[in-house]
Amino acid sequence: MPTVSMTVNGKQVTADIAPNTLLVSFLRENLRLTGTHVGCDTSQCGACVIHINGESAKSCTMLALQADGAEVTTIEGLAKGNDLHPMQKAFQENHGLQCGFCTTGMIMSAVDLVKKHGKPDDATIRKGLEGNICRCTGYQNIVKSVKAAAQEMEG
Amino acid sequence: MLKKIPSPAPALNVGKATKHDSADRHVRGNALYIDDIREPRGTLHLAPGYARESCGKIKSLDLDAVRSAPGVVAVLTASDIPGLNDCSPSFGGDPILADGRIEFHGQVVFAVVARSHLEARKAAKLAHIEVIAETPMVTAEDGLAREASVLPTYEFSRGSPEATIKASPLALSDSFRIGGQEHFYLEGQVSLAIPQDQGEILVHTSTQHPTEIQHLIAKMLKIRDAAVVCECRRMGGAFGGKESQAAQWACLAALASHVTGRPAKMRLDRDDDMIMTGKRHDFRCDWQAGFDETGKISAVEVDFLARCGCSADLSLGVNDRTMFHADNSYYYPENRITSHRIKTNTVSNTAFRGFGGPQGMVFSERMMDAIAIKLGLDPLDVRKTNFYGDSGRDITPFGMKVEDNILEELVGELEQTSDYRKRRQEIQAFNTRSPFLKKGLALNPLKFGISFTLKHLNQAGALVHVYTDGSVQVNHGGTEMGQGLYTKVAQVVAEEFGIDLENVQITATTTDKVPNTAPTAASSGTDLNGMAAKLAAETIKSRLIDLAAKLYQIEKSAISFANNHVQIGQQKIPFAELTQQAFLQRVSLSSTGYYATPNITWDRDSKSGRPFLYFAYGAACAEVTIDTLTGEMVIDRVDILHDVGKSLNPALDIGQIEGGFVQGMGWLTTEELVYDDQGRLRTHAPSTYKIPTASDLPDDFRVKLWDSPGNREDTIYRSKAVGEPPVMLATAVFSAITNAIASLKPGVLPQISAPATPENILAAVKLMKSGD
Repeated sequence: MPTVSMTVNGKQVTADIAPNTLLVSFLRENLRLTGTHVGCDTSQCGACVIHINGESAKSCTMLALQADGAEVTTIEGLAKGNDLHPMQKAFQENHGLQCGFCTTGMIMSAVDLVKKHGKPDDATIRKGLEGNICRCTGYQNIVKSVKAAAQEMEG
Repeated sequence: MLKKIPSPAPALNVGKATKHDSADRHVRGNALYIDDIREPRGTLHLAPGYARESCGKIKSLDLDAVRSAPGVVAVLTASDIPGLNDCSPSFGGDPILADGRIEFHGQVVFAVVARSHLEARKAAKLAHIEVIAETPMVTAEDGLAREASVLPTYEFSRGSPEATIKASPLALSDSFRIGGQEHFYLEGQVSLAIPQDQGEILVHTSTQHPTEIQHLIAKMLKIRDAAVVCECRRMGGAFGGKESQAAQWACLAALASHVTGRPAKMRLDRDDDMIMTGKRHDFRCDWQAGFDETGKISAVEVDFLARCGCSADLSLGVNDRTMFHADNSYYYPENRITSHRIKTNTVSNTAFRGFGGPQGMVFSERMMDAIAIKLGLDPLDVRKTNFYGDSGRDITPFGMKVEDNILEELVGELEQTSDYRKRRQEIQAFNTRSPFLKKGLALNPLKFGISFTLKHLNQAGALVHVYTDGSVQVNHGGTEMGQGLYTKVAQVVAEEFGIDLENVQITATTTDKVPNTAPTAASSGTDLNGMAAKLAAETIKSRLIDLAAKLYQIEKSAISFANNHVQIGQQKIPFAELTQQAFLQRVSLSSTGYYATPNITWDRDSKSGRPFLYFAYGAACAEVTIDTLTGEMVIDRVDILHDVGKSLNPALDIGQIEGGFVQGMGWLTTEELVYDDQGRLRTHAPSTYKIPTASDLPDDFRVKLWDSPGNREDTIYRSKAVGEPPVMLATAVFSAITNAIASLKPGVLPQISAPATPENILAAVKLMKSGD
């Protein structure tokens, strides 16, 4: 079994894994980071979005070995202890969630989106979140959340 | 006579836009779903196996290669089931594992139990299943041709509609289709079964109906209900898709655990989930109506031909509700509403938010559009002309009197705030000058009956514990699927005790705390469970009041609860102090609460009585633009005004309205289920089945709650149910599209079926132009 090493949420991890281990399985099963969800299994829904070297990626269709040597951030690594990331705070305060299953992937995508676009307008947010399906909220409050967070993130 | 609604006392918790109880956990990623629960050591994993064919006798089942595949511990077939091989919610016909024959493509024939999910899935591919294939009935017409049905035809009728339509000055007849819908709950079906002492079993299951699963597992394993506990803390979405459809996977996990003696988990892969679980019923709808020059209807005849799939499942209630809502907001002086429950060799269709109601309303709204188009009238005027009214125009086709109608005011307000009349003129002008892009505008009303139409389901239980430190634990029979039920019930309990919401601990729904529950469905979760929890809290509170009156020698009326304190005459003590005293004085701090909805008397056989406690109302105004060269469509603006009575939580209610509307919009515009001629679903992933994303939102989306004095019925804090009704607000989008196409040829009804996908819009446009 090959060995994989990566930094996950600031911690160095090394493990021997089957070569076909998906990154999402590695995170969820080996590292018990279950905040990253599997929704559709085929990188359509975005519930599994994480950051690899600061860029958002869908971890359900990526091998763990492909992340060898990378800096991985999952939803669990976004908050600084008790202090939520502005995006997490905004989703809470703006009711940008219902069942919560898409929320973690949505937040990870949104953080990357704001990083790339600064203060995105509604249209940019809507377009930018096309890869994340939410079946509950109708997105209105999600767009609102991202907009609110963008204000905080710049400042 | 309108009932007088008492003005509510000032509230500390109810009515506040409190965030979802799990919001903090959701944004941190530490809210546990079933698949996140730490698995006990040695947990096994299941995968389903099925045949290539859709229908026929199973001639042979060779599972040797499956059994010898790496990691496989057991392979389950029908013969492994000690008790009843059925996971139907009602009439039977839903085998947990196929026994002898298969009735639809994707029906589970066997299940692999292996060390890992991947090993189980790989092994499931190795079976050789020989089926003597029969020609499947795929469409409603196929089933009709063979006179196949899952349930008898049912009908509401009044007067002599056929003769009246003939005698009417004007008449129209039409046939169109209404598509089905995949739930696509983000969290797929999943259950984890853990063996306990002495053959008892604990099943964590993502379901709207833990009680039913408990009972099905008990019957399957031939054990007592009392030996099975089903628990669900939360679901990652459900929408009706985890009412009866969660049972099979829970049963299989329990069976695997029974056979192997080890914990077992079944999580469906998404494609399997979409293939193997039921969806919203799709319909063909044939109708005719008689009316006068003003569009006022004299009589309606409608036949709903529902593709129910291979078994009855929940088709009785679903199709009944289509009939209950075939009138939507309109008075039909004479009518025949007939529902045909057709059997096909496709997956058994099931509950989906609205439970048949949406299909009934898509019909009524198409009829209104058709009449308006034929007469060249504004569709809103035709709608208003047919609204339920005063005595003589207030009896529904099922005999219930509409007593709480607020549509005239509500629609009137939305007409103003959406600037409907002015925009209609602007759109007419736009359509005249724009050769290819055409706009449509529609303002559709909504009236939705609240209560389970199966009377006995209108009951709920709750269990409230107060601990000596003043903290409160609440449990009830309702399940949390994101709608915020737990939050609302906690608000109610906090309100009763006059304590902060933080002091109320919400616990997982489980059959060993509150037994014999109804499913969390029919929008009734808060109405029922909120009331049961309130009653439980009131019982404890009255004990505390008795105690305080005794201890402090004071009138009971001088005792009140607020701000985490108890006011006892002039004295004020912390709530926790009184609960501590209760323990010392040997007063119980725990109580159950039980609620059964009053005033519902529906009798299905005699078709009489009152099925609903009340109606929820709303209206939506939608503007769309279609491209007549490509069929593309965008929703430019949507205005919604919706009635939730006195909102328990405006933030959660608006979330339900926005989410429900967008889900309905997806159903009627982009979400298309395609079965091939063998009855195989070809759209079994979000890559081919188009669910709305953020970019499909209306550019301008305005949602408001109707400023209500409160429900006229004595519901929980005079609120109204909100889960399902908003889905049906999306009929406005379908109507707006119809109107946009109709602008091509005044007076001609476009032949458009739902969903109005670009392909369907383009086909309808071509048909309109073809006569030129």
